[in-house]
Amino acid sequence: MSTPSQTVGPYLSLGLPWADGPTVVEEGTPGAVWIRGVVYDGAGTPVPDGLIETWQGDAHGRFDHPDDPRGAQPGFRGFGRCPTNDDGEYGILTVVPGALPGEAPHINVSVFARGLLHRVVTRVYFPENTEANAADPVLASVPEERRGTLVARRSEDGYTFDVRLQGEGETVFFDV
Amino acid sequence: MTALSESGLVLPRYRRDPEGTHPPLDSPDYKSTGLRHPKQPLVLLPHKLTEITGPLLGPGRLGELDNDLTKQHPEEPQGQRIVVHGRLLDGDGRPVPNSLVEIWQANAGGRYKHVWDNWPCPVDPNFDGVGRTITDNEGRYEFTTIKPGAYPWKNHDNAWRPAHIHFSVFGTAFTQRLVTQMYFPDDPLFYQDPIFNSVPDEKARNRMISRFDLSRTVPEWALAFEFDIVLRGREATPFEDEEDE
Ligand SMILES: [Fe+3]
Repeated sequence: MSTPSQTVGPYLSLGLPWADGPTVVEEGTPGAVWIRGVVYDGAGTPVPDGLIETWQGDAHGRFDHPDDPRGAQPGFRGFGRCPTNDDGEYGILTVVPGALPGEAPHINVSVFARGLLHRVVTRVYFPENTEANAADPVLASVPEERRGTLVARRSEDGYTFDVRLQGEGETVFFDV
Repeated sequence: MTALSESGLVLPRYRRDPEGTHPPLDSPDYKSTGLRHPKQPLVLLPHKLTEITGPLLGPGRLGELDNDLTKQHPEEPQGQRIVVHGRLLDGDGRPVPNSLVEIWQANAGGRYKHVWDNWPCPVDPNFDGVGRTITDNEGRYEFTTIKPGAYPWKNHDNAWRPAHIHFSVFGTAFTQRLVTQMYFPDDPLFYQDPIFNSVPDEKARNRMISRFDLSRTVPEWALAFEFDIVLRGREATPFEDEEDE
């Protein structure tokens, strides 16, 4: 009996962004990295009216949440949100999460935009974790030729993770 | 429930919504979906730790007047003052307490205070159209605001959006994150709106329409509308997470 989803529409940037939204951790935090990228539509045009949200465990793979059966780990917000700018770009400052039981380190990502009637969900994996990624059950469930869309690339100040909503190189999206 | 078994963690799971509850990402009548909906099939994501947890955003996210959109400026905004209230519930009718609710909306004439909105309707200098609040212990929320106007858009010939308020809620798990729109009863614009009608199931669609609530009107002050938001519920019994599923 869930309430249906609807699009955020073109004016999402009125209601959703927060000043500290993009910074999951404060600037200067040891190990902090920027995850930056561009959201593209099916014509390869950057999406200027979108929003990226991220959710992740801390550097030890722990969540500040009562349903983490290992016990809540207070203090790590774990949540980031950043609207895309006029060039479709977003950036989230965070730390690379630790591994989870049976899963490689990853960050869950929700993408909202005008034209998306429901958020789409994807995951960021990290390129240096070759072994853990190879053993990850979620990555393994994705057709091999599309897995690369879920793995970020190293950049000067962290990682690059572009989102392609449609067409060539379309990002893998999940049914949560 | 802190059990760690040999085969893995014992985790709750969230029920998937019945077909027709949510709009298909490819909804051609809403033109902006054309280049923005994925064409590849979605890959099923099992509910593991990252999915069953989620941001618990509450206190510290609010300013004092965030739940009263009529008091954010020295003067009052134009339009019909309304109270919008309801409960945030999970699929089993359990309230979701202490949870962030965010709204944004057009002013009484149907204009957003946004640089891209430039249709010929005046901006109201006394109305930002942005609100936030936290549900109480019983999952209740309440806003005081102005009834938003309908507004034209260019989706099809003479297209008008029915009056609506955008809502964003989190629940307690990543699986429950929801952004929706609240509509008003008996809006004559429903029939021609591809966003409202993108929800295939009629009953589900009608859950987005608020109810006029005489009991919560404030005499000589404000009308009232009730809007409950229902998030996904948990599977009845949490069961063991198999190691190699
Ligand atoms: Fe709108």
